[in-house]
Amino acid sequence: MNTGLLVLFQFLFFALAAPLLAGWVKRVKARLQNRRGTPLLQGYRELWKLMGKQALVPDTASPVYRIAPYVVFASTLLAAATLPVLGPRLPLASMADIIVLVGLLALGRFFLALAGMDVGTAFGGLGSSREMLISSLAEPAILMAVFTLTLTAHSTNLASVTDFLLHSAPALRPSFLFALMALLLVGIAETGRIPVDNPATHLELTMVHEAMILEYSGRHLALMEWAAQIKLLLYAVLLVNLFFPWGMDAQGTPTGTLVALTAVTFKLAVVGTALGVTESVLAKMRLFKVPLYLDMAFLLALLGLLSHVILEVGSR
Amino acid sequence: MTLLALPLQEQAVFVLAAMVLFTSFLLLAQTRLVTSIHTFAWQGGLVAAITALMAWSSDAPHLYLSAALTLGLKALLIPWMLHRLVRRVELDRHTESLAWPAATLLGGAGLVLFSYWVVLPIEHLELAATRNIVAISLSVVLLGMLLMVARRQIVQEVIGFMSIENGLFLGAVTTAHGMPLVVELGVAFDVLVAAILFGVFFLQIRESIESLDADRLDRLSEREPEA
Amino acid sequence: MNALLLTLLPSAGGMLLLAAIARYRWAAPLNLGLSILGFTGSLWLAHEVLTRGLVQAPGLRVDVLNAPLLVLTAFVGMTTAFFSLRYMAQVVRAHRIGRSSRRLYHSLYQAFLFTMLLALATDNLGILWVAVEGATLATVLLVSLYRTPESVEAAWKYFILCGVGIAQALFGTVLIYFAAQQAIPDPAQGLTWSVLHQYAPRLHPTVMSIAFVFALVGYGTKVGLVPLHHWLPDAHSEGPAPISALLSGLLLNVALYAVLRLKVLADAPLLAAGHPRLTGYLLMGFGLVSFLVAALFLQRQQDIKRLFAYSSIEHMGLATFAFGLGGGLATFAGLFHMLVHSLTKSSLFITVGHATQVAGSQRLQHIRGLLQTQPALGWGLLLGAVAIAGFPPFGLFTSEFLLISATLDRWPFLSLLLLSGLAMAFAGIFRQLHPVVFGEPPAAQRPVRASLLPVAMHLSLVLWLGLSVPPVLAGWLDQATHLLAGVDAFGGLQ
Repeated sequence: MNTGLLVLFQFLFFALAAPLLAGWVKRVKARLQNRRGTPLLQGYRELWKLMGKQALVPDTASPVYRIAPYVVFASTLLAAATLPVLGPRLPLASMADIIVLVGLLALGRFFLALAGMDVGTAFGGLGSSREMLISSLAEPAILMAVFTLTLTAHSTNLASVTDFLLHSAPALRPSFLFALMALLLVGIAETGRIPVDNPATHLELTMVHEAMILEYSGRHLALMEWAAQIKLLLYAVLLVNLFFPWGMDAQGTPTGTLVALTAVTFKLAVVGTALGVTESVLAKMRLFKVPLYLDMAFLLALLGLLSHVILEVGSR
Repeated sequence: MTLLALPLQEQAVFVLAAMVLFTSFLLLAQTRLVTSIHTFAWQGGLVAAITALMAWSSDAPHLYLSAALTLGLKALLIPWMLHRLVRRVELDRHTESLAWPAATLLGGAGLVLFSYWVVLPIEHLELAATRNIVAISLSVVLLGMLLMVARRQIVQEVIGFMSIENGLFLGAVTTAHGMPLVVELGVAFDVLVAAILFGVFFLQIRESIESLDADRLDRLSEREPEA
Repeated sequence: MNALLLTLLPSAGGMLLLAAIARYRWAAPLNLGLSILGFTGSLWLAHEVLTRGLVQAPGLRVDVLNAPLLVLTAFVGMTTAFFSLRYMAQVVRAHRIGRSSRRLYHSLYQAFLFTMLLALATDNLGILWVAVEGATLATVLLVSLYRTPESVEAAWKYFILCGVGIAQALFGTVLIYFAAQQAIPDPAQGLTWSVLHQYAPRLHPTVMSIAFVFALVGYGTKVGLVPLHHWLPDAHSEGPAPISALLSGLLLNVALYAVLRLKVLADAPLLAAGHPRLTGYLLMGFGLVSFLVAALFLQRQQDIKRLFAYSSIEHMGLATFAFGLGGGLATFAGLFHMLVHSLTKSSLFITVGHATQVAGSQRLQHIRGLLQTQPALGWGLLLGAVAIAGFPPFGLFTSEFLLISATLDRWPFLSLLLLSGLAMAFAGIFRQLHPVVFGEPPAAQRPVRASLLPVAMHLSLVLWLGLSVPPVLAGWLDQATHLLAGVDAFGGLQ
């Protein structure tokens, strides 16, 4: 597969598969509640419908309000495109750095929070402040977890990390176990899933993400929703491909690509199911508990780092 | 020698040891008493699993006995006794608000670093790879002490005490393939007696101060009130 | 072998037998009888050690270092059992303890004695740990015997602090075993002291130094070294007087003995690695701080048993300092100090126990004019206090004098600290005890049936040891000094 095609595939994969994953999670939850649930393609239909509607802009809004959806969408999609999906041979390998990834996500989040405050409604400000609280605690944890991986692979480049993992002999690494758990916790918080935030409703006073985009409509809302779905997919791909890189394609042969695509689809389906099940089992926690939750994530990441240093390097 | 050079059993020992450390942190962060007891039971189970793995990988049959002993004592009997006592003194719905949760956890991480620093000089010895677990077991010991200091509930203090024992046992098993059997039996006997005594004390303390709050054990101090 | 059995078995059997006997009238004399049996055994044992130099049995080993301590333990166990006979009769008569507690008391008394004798006699560092921990377990319920809120609290503190402390000692023991795996031919014997001692220079110095620090913290908690001492005054003041006497007179010694055994093991590899004084400095530091802090805290005590508990910390600190100082003279002084302090302090707790019964209170301000109320008791307390303060001609004077001369020789300016600490302790004790002995007795004092025979025995022994050390004991202590310090006690003087 040539490079241009691969770039296109990366973007299309994230843009197109994101609503599907979100739909899948919804469906799993619906089945667990003994409902039929919406069809899997409902996500696309909703985005299509919103795209066609008029975008209302409040009188008090500044230009930031209008730019924000585009920035959020673009930065999220760009961040996603740096992730290795099928194999370590990545067109954007030179910029596929973990710190770039975190930075791009932070940019999107920054504009999201600005947009929430821009209109000047009570809910928007509330949502923004909560989002910032969560992300300020989540970011150290995610960086720490990712550093654990990069210490093992001796690189902060995602492509090299994946390459390293694919080519090293299978080993039980305690540090990876902790990093995985930490990333799971952080991912749940960052993508606004239960128990940190409830994506299904904007009727709760404790909402975070929904509160920030409460004023949006039409294509703006569509972009915001889409960006959120891409973010979910991004975290899912990050988790499965870094920790379970099985089936990934190192060479880039057509069969290899096909196998890799099947493998990643299967892994994402499993992650989606697991997410649906946990969301059905857990209740949303109080906002005041979120810092403790994220502390736990940070601690796990730190333990991962420590066990890497103590147990894995220490035996030299 | 890196992790990869080790056989898979020893890698599994590392993973389990890391999980033991994690349970210690869970104990530090846990607010519900009953969940704490369950976490403690899991810790005991993990230590027993490590012991069994060591017995298997190093072909030391006497370690199976210690594994069984640990499982029976630390993962089943003592948690069961604690559970029963907690229900008896009606604390099974007790939750505790932590004074400084984040600071405690970070302090715990600091203790892990400290233990690593203490053990660092030993690292350079040409010895079995599992010696790294000395740092982990020392951390579990120190975290148990931190738990005892940080909590005001005497049941939590007991859990901290017992998890210290878990850490010691982990160290003994992984560094030296367990102590001589006589000593191990003696230690197990002491732990058992200690557990029973703790039970007696719960009742005595409750009888005397009508609470199991360690803060209220403050009658004896150097500043004696003028009676 | 038989002598060892005779020493250990009475107390081992006693703890089971006495658990079955609830009647005080039978249990207490039986308790005394068993203790006498144990003492006889220890004397026989001492004779064997004297003739053969070493008595060994599987897992047990009695040499010159632990033989005198074994005899001492059995002796104090016996005299305290005699004291306990009358003291506890009083307690039972006053209905301070329930039926089950009476049964418990004697059984645990023997259990305590057994664990201490075992800790002294064993050759296995693991068993040593098990026995010292067992001693804690045996005594916690004794400390909370009266079931008052204070005593329960004291026992809880004692249990938790000593439990945690002793866990550190187990970690140290594990590390020693770890070090032994590489150093000795049969790794299964990695905890046997005599084998370890034989191969000590081959042990890894870093591992041994870490192990020694942990063991020192662990057993040091039991010795009552500052800042690990917080359990000690509480446990001594709230438990029954016989138990205070045993704790102070014996348990602290046993814990210090454990530290000494480990010090010998750690010193050899550290010497080879070029850090010959590491363990010594640690002991000196802990000992000196304990000694000075306890001497200060003595001043403000209002409870007579707490007062003497702090005095115990002070003296154990002094002994620890002596062992840390090293060299023949100081080590000899430390060993001698352990013996005479144990005898003096247990006699003091005996008189103090009766004095609190006379006054019906442990507070110093309620105990007055013992010389008038019960002159024999008053004299006992007075002489005991004179002895503990280190006046000639009592034994403590000898040991303190030797220690100060050794300090003058090696660390002259530290002897100033020692002298001022001793003066402080003396002032503290005498300021507090003067009215207790000489003052005007309040109305409600009533004499009790006191057992003063143990007091007389202990004090005359201390006096005898102060005037002249019998050659048998001197020989033992000399050899023990050689074992600990590597040089003869009076090599530099004679």
